[in-house]
Amino acid sequence: MKPTGSAPRLAQGLVRSVVPVLLALLVSGLIMLAIGAHPLDFFAGVWKYGITGSNWQRSLSLMSPLLIVAIGLIVAFRGQLWNLGYNGQYLLGAVVASGLGPMLFAVMPAFLATIIVFIVAILAGAVWSLIPALLKARYGTNEIITSLVMSFIAVGVVNLLIKGVFKDPGTSTPQTTVIPDTDLLPYIPGTEIHIGFVLAIVLAIVAQYVLSRTSFGLRVDIFGASPKAARHMGLNSTWMVILLFALSSGLIAFAGSIDILGQFSYQRADWDPRYGDAVMPLVFLARFRPVAAIPFVAFYAVLATGGTLASQQAGLNVDFLLVIVGLILLFMTVTEYIGERRRLGQSYLPPGLRRSLPVPLRAESERTPV
Amino acid sequence: MSDMLSAAFVTVFIATVIAQAMPLMLAAVGETLGEQAGVLNLGIEGVMLVGAYTGFVVTLTTGSFWIGMLGGAIGGVAANLAMLILNVWLGLNQIVIGLAITLIGEGITSVLYLQNYTKSPASLGQQPKLTLPGLSDIPVIGQALFQQSGIFWICILLTLGLAFALARTNWGLSTRSAGQKPSSLDAAGGSVMRTRSMAVLLSGALAGLGGAYLSLLTTATFSPFLTNGLGFIAIVITMLSRGRILVVMITSLVYGLAVAVGPALQVVGFTVPADIIKMLPFIIVIVMLIVFARSSVVPPALGAPYTRGAR
Repeated sequence: MKPTGSAPRLAQGLVRSVVPVLLALLVSGLIMLAIGAHPLDFFAGVWKYGITGSNWQRSLSLMSPLLIVAIGLIVAFRGQLWNLGYNGQYLLGAVVASGLGPMLFAVMPAFLATIIVFIVAILAGAVWSLIPALLKARYGTNEIITSLVMSFIAVGVVNLLIKGVFKDPGTSTPQTTVIPDTDLLPYIPGTEIHIGFVLAIVLAIVAQYVLSRTSFGLRVDIFGASPKAARHMGLNSTWMVILLFALSSGLIAFAGSIDILGQFSYQRADWDPRYGDAVMPLVFLARFRPVAAIPFVAFYAVLATGGTLASQQAGLNVDFLLVIVGLILLFMTVTEYIGERRRLGQSYLPPGLRRSLPVPLRAESERTPV
Repeated sequence: MSDMLSAAFVTVFIATVIAQAMPLMLAAVGETLGEQAGVLNLGIEGVMLVGAYTGFVVTLTTGSFWIGMLGGAIGGVAANLAMLILNVWLGLNQIVIGLAITLIGEGITSVLYLQNYTKSPASLGQQPKLTLPGLSDIPVIGQALFQQSGIFWICILLTLGLAFALARTNWGLSTRSAGQKPSSLDAAGGSVMRTRSMAVLLSGALAGLGGAYLSLLTTATFSPFLTNGLGFIAIVITMLSRGRILVVMITSLVYGLAVAVGPALQVVGFTVPADIIKMLPFIIVIVMLIVFARSSVVPPALGAPYTRGAR
């Protein structure tokens, strides 16, 4: 039953990835009708404010943090590690850029300062993921919960930093010092898209290569499919968990710092764009392939860019985007189910990942005698 | 020091501890039921929000907190229907569905609230009144404990009843076996589907009740993202309690203490930044997870959809 040619396989994959999105948009339109909003105004608004004029450039700018968050999630998810602490990790990276950035830009050339900010942001993210990673590796504690809890703590820490040491003394609102335009990431010549976009695309291609064409990628997949098999192969699962978590969390923090240095130039307290929530379903739809995530991220970037204004016009709140994202997730699982039933092609997930809950590493070896 | 120990202060403190602990306790008991039956519900955050919102709306329209609590429970069940159909019946990925429920619950309650209640804040005015039919207001310091609303007592009785039922009845046994070894429940003539469905619905009702308790009694109002991660704390508490509901009650009280300490310190004169007060429960939870890491055990069949005859 499995299709052999790459063209039909691609077509089927496309159908099964696009159908959930269409269904989610349709149902979200119905929900809008039900609560008295205007779906047509909304979608027209998304088109108008997300694409037309020079708005497409804003959408592409938004793509760069989203895509890097997506790559970060893919790295962890491939290893069957559910890093859901993305919101906190993202904000940590952002606050490194918005807090440390102004101090560094004041004393050294912008290029050097940018590099240092990126490195510190990545390290901050990686270090923050150590607790969930160690608990998972040592005791098999569910990393979904630990990473989420650490995320809530990170949000608090970031707010304290912005209201404390990083606060701009010049304003009364709790926010960091605005970084001057000259120190921000440069634009791609002829556009208003910062080079973070190029960086993100390059990162996606590199990640795709590493994950699918190198021995490291193979190890990640084996580890994800079956930690037990990985152990038999001689993989050190403790290090694997720590490394994947650090990579994932570091990348997500990197996305935060790029967003500040490329677009926002300062950070307010209590600001939390929650990019990860939106990106997560896209990552599933892309079947954990970084390059395949690009079109989905582009779609969401347009939806989010246009949706902010469009939702106001349609009589909605921006939080409605969360509903759309949730519906995409739901319809994804349903499409997956029907696809599986009718054997329309491969699953979203490699077989080992389809077992829905990550089995604790240590506990598994104790419980199931071989 | 004399300030700290005045009777009124202690009364308020205990009342705050209880008000903070109850929503978490109800949600964690619900999550425990689900997890014991083998269903990890990551959507509990969304279910609580739906319960909180429906409870809020129903109380606002009917004027009765009792009907409001019922509305919250029904809202919770409705939100958990997605989990029931997609996971228990169709066997789809629990993590994805759970997160979807959380996202949709967060989004839809926020949109509906902002759409219906910000334009006419007048309707909000009557909401925060709390009726407290005092069961016994005789004890001196125990005022805090015995001047709770009847809802508090019903919730406590419900929890104790479930603790007994889960540990000591046939129903409890089949629920636990659905999480431990579903095939043995099947072999013994029980229905895994029915047992899990029942557990998921009850779990939704309890999480909805927890949300409604939060919006009706603890904060006396609804606001978008009201739960602020409480559902995830409920999951942690469930993991640490290993299916023992009495432990869930005690751990919830510890959480209540952690939350109440912040405002209490402020009364005494220490100003604690709001961000630290918000962070404190999570810090305590992560410390608990690190200290008791070995004992956070989940049922073996947790997360595994049951297919009859499949190996």
